[in-house]
Amino acid sequence: MMAGRQKPAADEAPQPQAALTIDALGRKCPIPIIMLAEQINYVPLNATVAVLADDPAAFTDVPAWCRLKSHHHVGTYELPRGGWAIHVRRNY
Amino acid sequence: MAAGFRPRRIAIGPGCDHERVAYFDAASTEPLHPAAREALIIALDAGGADPARLYGAARRARLLLEGARAEAAEAIGARPDEVSFTSSGTQAVHLGVLGTLLGRRRAGRRLVTSAVEHSSVLQAAAAHEREGGTAEVVGVGLTGRVDAGEFGAAVAREGTALACLQTANHEVGTLQPVAEAAKACQAAGVPLLVDAAQTLGRLPLPSGWSVLAASAHKWGGPAGVGLLAVRKGTRWRSPLPEDERERRRVPGFENVPAAVAAVAALRARLTEAEEENARLSALVDRIREAVPRLVPDVEVVGDATERAPHIVTFSCLYVAGEAILTELDRVGFAVSSGSSCTASTLRPSHVLEAMGVLTHGNVRVSLPRGASGADVDRFLAVLPEIVRRIRESVGVKSQ
Repeated sequence: MMAGRQKPAADEAPQPQAALTIDALGRKCPIPIIMLAEQINYVPLNATVAVLADDPAAFTDVPAWCRLKSHHHVGTYELPRGGWAIHVRRNY
Repeated sequence: MAAGFRPRRIAIGPGCDHERVAYFDAASTEPLHPAAREALIIALDAGGADPARLYGAARRARLLLEGARAEAAEAIGARPDEVSFTSSGTQAVHLGVLGTLLGRRRAGRRLVTSAVEHSSVLQAAAAHEREGGTAEVVGVGLTGRVDAGEFGAAVAREGTALACLQTANHEVGTLQPVAEAAKACQAAGVPLLVDAAQTLGRLPLPSGWSVLAASAHKWGGPAGVGLLAVRKGTRWRSPLPEDERERRRVPGFENVPAAVAAVAALRARLTEAEEENARLSALVDRIREAVPRLVPDVEVVGDATERAPHIVTFSCLYVAGEAILTELDRVGFAVSSGSSCTASTLRPSHVLEAMGVLTHGNVRVSLPRGASGADVDRFLAVLPEIVRRIRESVGVKSQ
């Protein structure tokens, strides 16, 4: 692996419960982000959406989307078969 | 959109369709400067002989080469015997990094770089790690700038043989705190390799470098010429098999005509720099201001003021970078992207990742010398509709 490709490590802790899980495994960015933007409105305020994704771009882009859209990136959890569950709390 | 579209500008880019393309990819390669073209044609005839030989034509080639070296040295504030011509900027970086690490092997085997260096630096670091060395990568903030204090602390740790820092980032334009890093390096007795590829010929060099690498085609010289300077007193040993060319620093027969042309371009650029920087920087400001106003859900990334004069990068939510590039190409704009769908590796740019900014929908506009305000205005006129249409095609409504 190329130096500088090191990413912030995903959380080691077990993945908490989410109100909604979006399965974006195998989908390339920006599809996981589009799915998240659309479906976050399906959960109540302060509830959490888990985005399952394995496109490396999603690892950076979901937290970046949260920052831009003022939602809360709760954490990123590694999935046993590769990819991540990226948890987002609906703020508004 | 753009049916029967005929841009007026006759330009500009290498290998572009000169009838219709506004070339906005100077950070990849700057079009050949007219001064370089002129010098190249003359030097192809006058400088073709082997500069290492003793007959008349060889002496003429040697004079041309040494003249180019002296001028390059003056431009970077070095002595001529500290300067070598390489076959590319990448080779200059590889030789600079690996040669200094080899020369300082007894001081330690630790290399320090920022997370947003050019891939040539990071790949040299990876090669060093494969040989048993270590590399510490110092992260950057949201604007892509490395923290000088953090960089200095990494440099000061035991066993550091070399530190590397770019003058400006090639993808987002952010300037790095090279002068401060150089002070920290000096205090720690560690040489600093400065990668000046994006700024040499545009901005004054920061002081305090020990090793300098740059690339001629980024300042309007021909491809196939890099610049490697190693300060007297910096221990350096070639990581490659021995060769007598370029004072044993760079192997292979010198490309004298290209070196002469590269330096002609550098000289011309330095003369024009102040005026052209101000003009291009104002165009970049125009893009930085207009894009978020005209296109919903866009993030302009990189530092707004501490930046190279010619580079601006932004990311559009819900859009694939490849789709924007394709659409912009159709209406006559050559730009690049750090999005994963545009990379051969299908990974997003390590620069955008390290910054923690959106990697999809990414567009880098980098203005070459002479880029016109009319072309920038035309770009700003077509972009909103392009983004809107791509979003609509994937079911996303723009506000």
